[in-house]
Amino acid sequence: MLLEDLNAMAEKVKAERKPTCVRCCMSAGCMSSQSDEIKKTLEKAVADKQLGDQIEVRRVGCMGLCGQGPLVGVEPQGALFERVTPENAASIVDALAGGTTQAELGDPARPFFARQLPVVSTNSGRIDPERIEDYIEAGGYGALHQVLHEMQPAQIVESIVHSGLRGRGGGGYPTGLKWATVAKSKGERKYVICNGDEGDPGAFMDRSVLESDPHAVLEGMAIAGYAVGASHGYLYVRAEYPLAISRLQIAIRQARQHGLLGDGIFESTFNFHLEVRIGAGAFVCGEETALMASIEGRRGQPRPRPPFPAESGLWGFPTLINNVETFANIVPIIRRGADWYASLGTEKSKGTKVFALTGKIKNNGLIEVPMGITIREIIEELGGGAPDGSTIKAVQTGGPSGGCIPAELFDTPVDYDSLMKVGSIMGSGGMVVMDDTTNMVDVARFYMQFCMEESCGKCIPCRAGTVQMYNLLNKILERKATLKDLESLEDLCDMVKHTSLCGLGQTAPNPVISTLRYFRNEYLELLQPEAGENHAHANGKPAEAASPTT
Amino acid sequence: MKVARPPLPSQDKRWKIIDAKMRKLGYQPHALIETLHAVQQAFGYLDEVALLWVAKSLRVPPSKVYGVSTFYNFFTLKPQGAHTCVVCLGTACYVKRGAKILEAIEVYTKIKSGETTDDRQLSLLTVRCIGACGIAPAVVYDGNVVGRLTPEESIEKLKGYVHVA
Repeated sequence: MLLEDLNAMAEKVKAERKPTCVRCCMSAGCMSSQSDEIKKTLEKAVADKQLGDQIEVRRVGCMGLCGQGPLVGVEPQGALFERVTPENAASIVDALAGGTTQAELGDPARPFFARQLPVVSTNSGRIDPERIEDYIEAGGYGALHQVLHEMQPAQIVESIVHSGLRGRGGGGYPTGLKWATVAKSKGERKYVICNGDEGDPGAFMDRSVLESDPHAVLEGMAIAGYAVGASHGYLYVRAEYPLAISRLQIAIRQARQHGLLGDGIFESTFNFHLEVRIGAGAFVCGEETALMASIEGRRGQPRPRPPFPAESGLWGFPTLINNVETFANIVPIIRRGADWYASLGTEKSKGTKVFALTGKIKNNGLIEVPMGITIREIIEELGGGAPDGSTIKAVQTGGPSGGCIPAELFDTPVDYDSLMKVGSIMGSGGMVVMDDTTNMVDVARFYMQFCMEESCGKCIPCRAGTVQMYNLLNKILERKATLKDLESLEDLCDMVKHTSLCGLGQTAPNPVISTLRYFRNEYLELLQPEAGENHAHANGKPAEAASPTT
Repeated sequence: MKVARPPLPSQDKRWKIIDAKMRKLGYQPHALIETLHAVQQAFGYLDEVALLWVAKSLRVPPSKVYGVSTFYNFFTLKPQGAHTCVVCLGTACYVKRGAKILEAIEVYTKIKSGETTDDRQLSLLTVRCIGACGIAPAVVYDGNVVGRLTPEESIEKLKGYVHVA
């Protein structure tokens, strides 16, 4: 394939477009509410009314507002219908033909949409993720052509460094630096791996990117392969995401057919081959060395670093490993320039971040916002605040590795360093909102149970420490613990944090540490007086009272 | 060098599908997880016959095959019921009381998470987040995700498969 072929293809698709496009979300969230039925109904209604030359019904990826799904959008009118049902879907076509519709009309100008800044999600909800033609029409694979014919690998790395992009998987390691290290490493082979093992409960950004715009990830990986000198890549995706896996496999097949993956891409000497590897349900496989062990067909257990994967990774070869969202940022950086990207966000956290906003909040869904926006803006403006008059108490970011940020700190800007300062982490982008009905000690126990069950068992601090911490949290919730137990819990947090082998163990105490920091009272209220202490406890609650589970 | 491969365990055509998967990956030891996925997809679970045959075919020690099969939550060594009900216990579902749904289903079906009913009609499982947080709390019935459920509704969906004495 040549640039002319690519442009010709885009022109052809453009010419075939109908004046009106009805976009039907076919992402996992809306699919579960029968959006496939809705699409069929819409198609039938268009055929019945003989509007086939006027209206196109398009399968698209996530439009973001998953909580109000299934969503149907209409272009160019810009209308957005929410909670559409197979019964009222046909009436949307009636409305386009001059009639009326029973479907619920949403406001596409509301802050949930208006305050977003789509970079990674530009194509999401607009193009058909199962048609490479749609991606190419949107300018897809142009960036790959550009780097292969106009840029040296070192220039690409320089550009990524200059953009200030940091790893979107949670750690926030500078992406350019990682690329530079892999590019410099010597090895007879090199690998590029995309980490799609989105294990954080409460996060689904990567699922959405893979389901809505899979080619953007493939193109980003191919550019990375050229930049660091790798000709093979793996996409490691969780088995819990069957739709994402199937769309990736379709995308890889299409890209191969069009010569956009494989040997001699765009008539250059660059070869790049990609394979999907399916995870098997292990949270620890999000850790890079465990993930590579899993690709090698072994148990997903991490190993000590160094050597880092950049020097000795998959099968001992230098390996570049980045998160899905990181790769999805590459194409926009190449296309619009590193300067443009560096102009977004804050001084040390550039660009945008996709968040999954869920829990006790009015607008549930995916948002992409510039770094530096405050938590308050996200919760109150985009999220629309608490539903049915309850009071929001905290927001949890970073999943089992992160922490809870209390309402009084909601003016904290969302960037890697500020979140770290308040005791949480950016994480991969899950934001779970909790209201006054949520018991924070129970939240801590929930995460500790998760870490305990997901601990791979290799190092003792994590394997045994998480069990002990879980037992102590249980004891506190059963109102059987004393101040001494709380002290042991704090000691254990410190020990597990500093002595575990990998990120899972090192961050497992975070939910406990952060809830202790901001909601210590909730712990103290559950404590019992020490044995031998004869004065009444501050609360004086009887030991046999039921534990306050939520 | 040509290496002799073990014969298929039986005439069952599903073994051929699995063998094809291993061939595609060159019978390399690193094909283990992909192969186990294929076995589970074909048979619903991993039994001893399958594990030993995969071990021989990929020249991986049976201990390692067993280790991998038990390390990952997705693999099961027990046959599953005709229907599956997977309750999501991710954070968003937890905040929206997903645990109450599990509790209601456990009471209704009289089985615990990870078990199968005596008549092999239903297996009850839990999962750590299926990424359907926007529609929490969610349950997956036979592979179909259903969101925004109440404990009562979650039982309603099971009435077809479970015969309560």
